[in-house]
Amino acid sequence: MDLTLDHITHRYGGMAVLDDIVLDIPAGEILCVIGPSGCGKSTLLRMIGGLEQPDAGRVLQRGPVPEDCLNPLTYVFQDFALLPWRTVAGNVSLVLEDHGLPRARSAQIIADVLARTRLTDFHDALPRQLSGGMKQRVAIARALAVNPAVLLLDEPLSALDSQTRELLMEDLVALWARQPFTGVYVTHNLAEAVRLGHRIAVLSRRPGRLRDVVEIDIPLPERRAGMPELEALQTRLWDLMKEEAMAADQELLHV
Amino acid sequence: MSDAVDGPRPVRFRGGGFRPVSVRGVGVVVFVLLLALIEWGTRAGWISNLTLPRPSDVAATLVALAKSGMLWTHMAPSLTRLAVGSLLGVSAGIGVGVMIGLFSYVRAGLVPLVAALFPIPKIALLPLFVIWFGIDEGSKYALIALGTFTPTVVSTYGAVDNVDRTLVRMGQSFGLSWWSIVRKIVLPGALPGILSGLRVSLAIGIILLVAAEMLGAEYGIGAYILQAGSLYDLERLFAGVVILSVLGVLTSWAIGRVEQRMLRWRV
Ligand SMILES: Nc1ncnc2c1ncn2[C@@H]1O[C@H](COP(=O)(O)OP(=O)(O)OP(=O)(O)O)[C@@H](O)[C@H]1O
Ligand SMILES: [Mg+2]
Repeated sequence: MDLTLDHITHRYGGMAVLDDIVLDIPAGEILCVIGPSGCGKSTLLRMIGGLEQPDAGRVLQRGPVPEDCLNPLTYVFQDFALLPWRTVAGNVSLVLEDHGLPRARSAQIIADVLARTRLTDFHDALPRQLSGGMKQRVAIARALAVNPAVLLLDEPLSALDSQTRELLMEDLVALWARQPFTGVYVTHNLAEAVRLGHRIAVLSRRPGRLRDVVEIDIPLPERRAGMPELEALQTRLWDLMKEEAMAADQELLHV
Repeated sequence: MSDAVDGPRPVRFRGGGFRPVSVRGVGVVVFVLLLALIEWGTRAGWISNLTLPRPSDVAATLVALAKSGMLWTHMAPSLTRLAVGSLLGVSAGIGVGVMIGLFSYVRAGLVPLVAALFPIPKIALLPLFVIWFGIDEGSKYALIALGTFTPTVVSTYGAVDNVDRTLVRMGQSFGLSWWSIVRKIVLPGALPGILSGLRVSLAIGIILLVAAEMLGAEYGIGAYILQAGSLYDLERLFAGVVILSVLGVLTSWAIGRVEQRMLRWRV
């Protein structure tokens, strides 16, 4: 399923947040969105996911949805958003229950996604018993369970330490390599952006405008931390963002 | 002084505390000590038997009451009144509280009404309830129901307000139905707050039960205490009070058990 952002503009009260964003997100590709704090990245993602409506412009989806897809546009939240009173399996089962699947079928889906995220042994654990990285893997397993056409990830690794982040990035790449999904990945972290993005959209400071879209040709599975090409890209992105980030920082002082 | 500064010293521990843990038996010890003190005082004479009855006499009265079968004659109607009244009040309260938590118009319409009802001493309404619901059980049920209703509403909508909104957004983002979100996310999330509100509501229910029975009932713990009081029969009066305390402890214990079972997921 392809997505098109068609001249998205939005304001909160008097404050313009997004200004005329035009973007194509082709199927099977991960688009990373970076930009200074407060430029409207999360807002944009909420609009793509249908959790918020833009003042002007539309989000369009084109093409067929995979056959057994239960929830085409699926979120992974920064703070995991797991139900603390449900076990790992219960949290995954939550998103299947409304679809009236046969019991055996949902048990099979749950076992499959837990295996794919290496959580099989934690089937019956409660979220409070898990580390941050495992919680996010549960959230990813839950997202995979509905077999999404598009994954929307809002800083999914920000709450984690750098080692866990590295491991989870590899997990995400492995999941994508196994079955390419369309992804929109919002992040602050340029290293994540160059590792996971087929394209990287750079937004300006608020009101967020599209400053640039950078393409990366290296296939995802071949990218490694510290590759010179990626380092160079990261520097280029930082140069693009630096002024904006500094200006955004100044603006916050004057609020 | 100087070597105290230079030499190695252990870092002074200043963490800990602010985390009550359950200590078994301390409550019982306090209770027993207090009773022993009173027993000693009444026997030794520095507590006159017009001030406080002797605990052993109260116990004897209770035993006699139980043996004569009158204990149950008084308990049965009281427990029924408490159960029926608070069941009505609490379930209506949880229902209305959840509605207030979920719907802006219900909130705008009912929160002021609840705020207006809450501070009314419900016992003052008993004569009115007698006219509305009859002199018998109806007015007592209504009194207890209204008395438990308002605190339950307030604690329930507070608990619903406190449910993590990102969990609700998560539910929406996975396309859960409205009813699923309420049932699987909002209600379980509000349960801790609802249960702790229930402790207060049920204690208020017991208070109102006794008050209602004092104003007009043949049998019931309130009636029993009133009779004893008018005869200045301190042993029986205190026997009644002990029954009430036990009732209070039992309801609180029962809620504690429910919390333990249903809130095992909390840290
Ligand atoms: N519901 C809302 N009502 C009013 N203002 C909002 C709302 N949500 C976000 N904003 C404002 O809109 C701007 C953009 O917010 P958004 O969360 O999209 O930024 P962001 O790019 O995701 O920032 P960050 O990088 O810090 O996550 C911010 O200034 C924020 O204060
Ligand atoms: Mg954000």
